[in-house]
Amino acid sequence: MIESVEKLHARQDSAREAFYPDKIRIGVGLGTCGLANGGGDVLNSIREEVEKQGLDFVVHGTGCVGFCEMEPLVDVLAPGLPRVFYHHMSPDKARELVASLADGDFRGDLALMRFDHDELLTSVERPLTGKLNGLANVSTLEQTPFYKSQMKIAIRNCGFVDPHNIEEYLATGGYSALAKTLTAMQPEEIIDCIEQSGLRGRGGGGFATGRKWRACRKAEGYPKYVLCNGDEGDPGAFMDRSIMEGNPHAVLEGMVIGAYAIGSNHGYIYVRLEYPLAINNLRVAIRQAEELGLLGENIMGTNFSFKVQISRGAGAFVCGESTALMASIEGFSGEPRAKHIHTSEKGLFGKPTNLNNVETWANVPVIIEKGADWFAGIGNESSKGTKVFSLVGKINNTGLVEVPMGTTLREIIFNIGGGVPGGRKFKAVQTGGPSGGCLPESQLDLPVDFEKLTEAGSMMGSGGMIVMDDRTCVVEVARYFTDFLRKESCGKCTACREGVLRMYEILEKITCGKASPQDVELLEEICVYVRDNSICGLGKSAPNPTLSTLKYFRDEYMAHVTGHKCPAGVCKALTTFEIDPEKCKACGLCAKACPTGAISGGKKKVPAKIDQDKCVKCGLCREVCKFEAVATT
Amino acid sequence: MDLVKVDNIIDNYDGEKSWLIMILQDVQEAYNYLPAEALQRVAEKLGVGLGQLYNVATFYSSFSLTERGRHVIRVCDGTACHLRGSDNLRDEITRQLGIEEGQTTPDKMFTFETVACLGACALAPVMTIDSKYYGKLTPNKVKAALDTCKA
Repeated sequence: MIESVEKLHARQDSAREAFYPDKIRIGVGLGTCGLANGGGDVLNSIREEVEKQGLDFVVHGTGCVGFCEMEPLVDVLAPGLPRVFYHHMSPDKARELVASLADGDFRGDLALMRFDHDELLTSVERPLTGKLNGLANVSTLEQTPFYKSQMKIAIRNCGFVDPHNIEEYLATGGYSALAKTLTAMQPEEIIDCIEQSGLRGRGGGGFATGRKWRACRKAEGYPKYVLCNGDEGDPGAFMDRSIMEGNPHAVLEGMVIGAYAIGSNHGYIYVRLEYPLAINNLRVAIRQAEELGLLGENIMGTNFSFKVQISRGAGAFVCGESTALMASIEGFSGEPRAKHIHTSEKGLFGKPTNLNNVETWANVPVIIEKGADWFAGIGNESSKGTKVFSLVGKINNTGLVEVPMGTTLREIIFNIGGGVPGGRKFKAVQTGGPSGGCLPESQLDLPVDFEKLTEAGSMMGSGGMIVMDDRTCVVEVARYFTDFLRKESCGKCTACREGVLRMYEILEKITCGKASPQDVELLEEICVYVRDNSICGLGKSAPNPTLSTLKYFRDEYMAHVTGHKCPAGVCKALTTFEIDPEKCKACGLCAKACPTGAISGGKKKVPAKIDQDKCVKCGLCREVCKFEAVATT
Repeated sequence: MDLVKVDNIIDNYDGEKSWLIMILQDVQEAYNYLPAEALQRVAEKLGVGLGQLYNVATFYSSFSLTERGRHVIRVCDGTACHLRGSDNLRDEITRQLGIEEGQTTPDKMFTFETVACLGACALAPVMTIDSKYYGKLTPNKVKAALDTCKA
C-alpha cells in the first residue's frame, strides 16, 4: 500500500531501477495491432530463445508505439545505449536477434530506429554511455520522418511500459500528479489549472474541460459521477483503444484527479465491446491501482475515496453521445435526450455527471505535473496542446500520430505519413469520422484545430484521418458514411431517422447512375433539414460527409448523374474493367487475384482477358497490376 | 433448458438491474445467443419488464436472439477497411458459405456478421474469426482462412 507521498516516491524510485535494469531488456508490442500481426508468437519465441540460451535478459510485453505499419515491433534497451526498435519481426527473426544480442551484436541491419532520449517520452533521463557500434547508422527519433514532428502527451507511455505492470507506470513518474493534487492543491485550484491550460474535449466536441468540471462541481446533488467515454465508435479511429490498452493508468490517474476536483466518489469507464484487450487491460490496471491504494478507499492515505467500474458497450455508435452513453450504463437502450438540462446537473441516474473522453483524461496528469502554462504554450490560439490522429487509408505510414494543434494536414499526411502509396495521387482526407467531412488537396495547408476544420466543412471528431487516393470515389464514400449513420440512427427523432434514410437512398441512386440533377438538389435540401432539426450530434452532423463532398467534389457527383460515369472506377454499376493487351505483360497476377476466375490468359505471353459475365467488378485486378494495364470505362 | 448459468450471472452483478447490458452479454457468452427462456429468467430475477429487455436486446447490434454458429466471422466495415476493399471480403464469404451478412450456415458452423470498426485499421481490410484477427486480407486469403476453420 502507498499511504503517503513519500512512500509513492520511494516506490517510484525502486520501480525505476527495475524499469532500467543493468541488463538487456526486450519489449514486444502487444496492442491489438501487434497481436493481430503475430506479436504473441514473437514474444513466445524470444522467451524460448532466452531460456534456451540461459540468458539473463528481461522480456516484457508493451502496448502500441503507434507505428502500426511496422508491426510486430520489438524494442531492445541495454544499459547506456539507445532504445532500439526492430520492425516486421517474425519468430525466426526474433530468435536470430536474441542470439545476436547474446554476442553483443545489436543488429543495426534489422533496426527501424533508435531513441536516444527517453525523457522525450517517459520523462526519465537516461545518459548514453555505451558505444554505439553497429547502431551509429540507425536513424534517430529526430531523423525518422514519422516521429520527428510528433509530440507525445496523451500517448506518451504507449509502447514503452507494460500495461499489466503498474510498477512500470510508476517508474515513469506515474501517479505523481495525483499525489500533488491530493496533498497540495484545493479542488478549485485544480479546476483553475485545467481551465488555464486551455484543454478541450478530445472526443470531438472540443468543449472546455475546466468549464465542464466547474459546472459539475457547482451542481447540487450527491452522488456525483465521473465518466470516461471509451466508446470510440468512429470507424477509422483507434487512439483511445491504444491508450486504454497501452497506458491505462494514465486514464485512471486523470479520472481520480478529476473526481477529486469535482467532488465525486464513483466513476465508470464505458468501453465498446469491440475492444476486448482494452477492457482486459483496464481491469488489470484498476485491480493493481486498488491494491496499491491509488484507487478505492482512502487514496494515498488521504480521506478521499474513488471507485471505478467498467461498463461494456454492446455495439451502438450513438452510445458515444453523452446522454445515450448514460442511458446505456443505466441498462437502457442508448437513446439520446435533448439537453435542456445539462448532464453536469442531471446526468447518470439523474445525478450531476462529468463525462470526458479517454484522450482528454490521459492529458490531465501531465498538465497537473508540468503546469497550465506549459500546456497552453503548445498548439495555437484557439486549440491548445496536442491531438492524436489515426492516420489510415491510402497512406504509407499507417499509425497513430500525436502532433501539436495547428499542424497542417500536409505535414501530417505527407511528412509524417509518407504520402499516398504506389505513387498514386492524393485526392481527399476525411476527418471526424461519419460526422466529419472530406477535404480536398486545396485545403492541405489548413492548420488542424477545432475551429479551422469546422470552418472548412469537416470537424475534428475523435481524430480519425482517412486518406483517399484517386481510386476512391467520394460519392461512394458519402454513401458509405450515410449508410453507416442510417443504420446507427437510434430512430428517436424524425429528422434523423427519416432524413438520413432519404439521403442514403438518393446517394445509392447516384452511385447506381439512376439519379437526376434534381435528386442532387433534393439531397442538399434534406441535408440542411436534418442538420437543423435533429436532437443530438449524430443527426446534426450526419449531413457533413455529403455536404462537404458536394462542396469540394461537385463535378464528381455530376459525372455520376449526367455522364453516368464513376471517374474513380469504383461504383460497380457504372464501371467496366478491361485489360489493355498492349500494356499487359502476361504476368498472371490479375488472374491469381480474381476471386471469380473471370480472367483468362495472362500466361505464356498471351495477354489476360476479362470475361465480363463473370466479372464482379471488385477491382482487385487493377490493384495488383504493376503495368497499369487494367483500365476502367 | 438449464438456467443455473443465468442465475449465477445475475448473482455476479448482485442482481442490480442497471448492469442489464453486461448481464445480457454474459448470458450470450454462456449460451451463444439470447434464448427466450433465459430472457424470461433475467426479466423475473431483475424485476425488469420483458418489453424493456426486448428493447435492449434488439437495440444493440451485438445481441442475437437466434442461435449462432460455432465460429463467428466478423468482417470489419470501418472506413479504412471499406477503402481497402472490405466489400470484396464480404462477397467472398457469401460465395464460399452461401450466406449473407447476419446469417448462419444451416450446419451451424459459421455465423457471418459485420462490425462497425475493430480499430485495427493498419491491418485493413481485416476480419476476425472468433477471437483471431486476420489482416491485410484478399478474397483468396479469406477462402484459405475459412478452409482452415472447416478442416
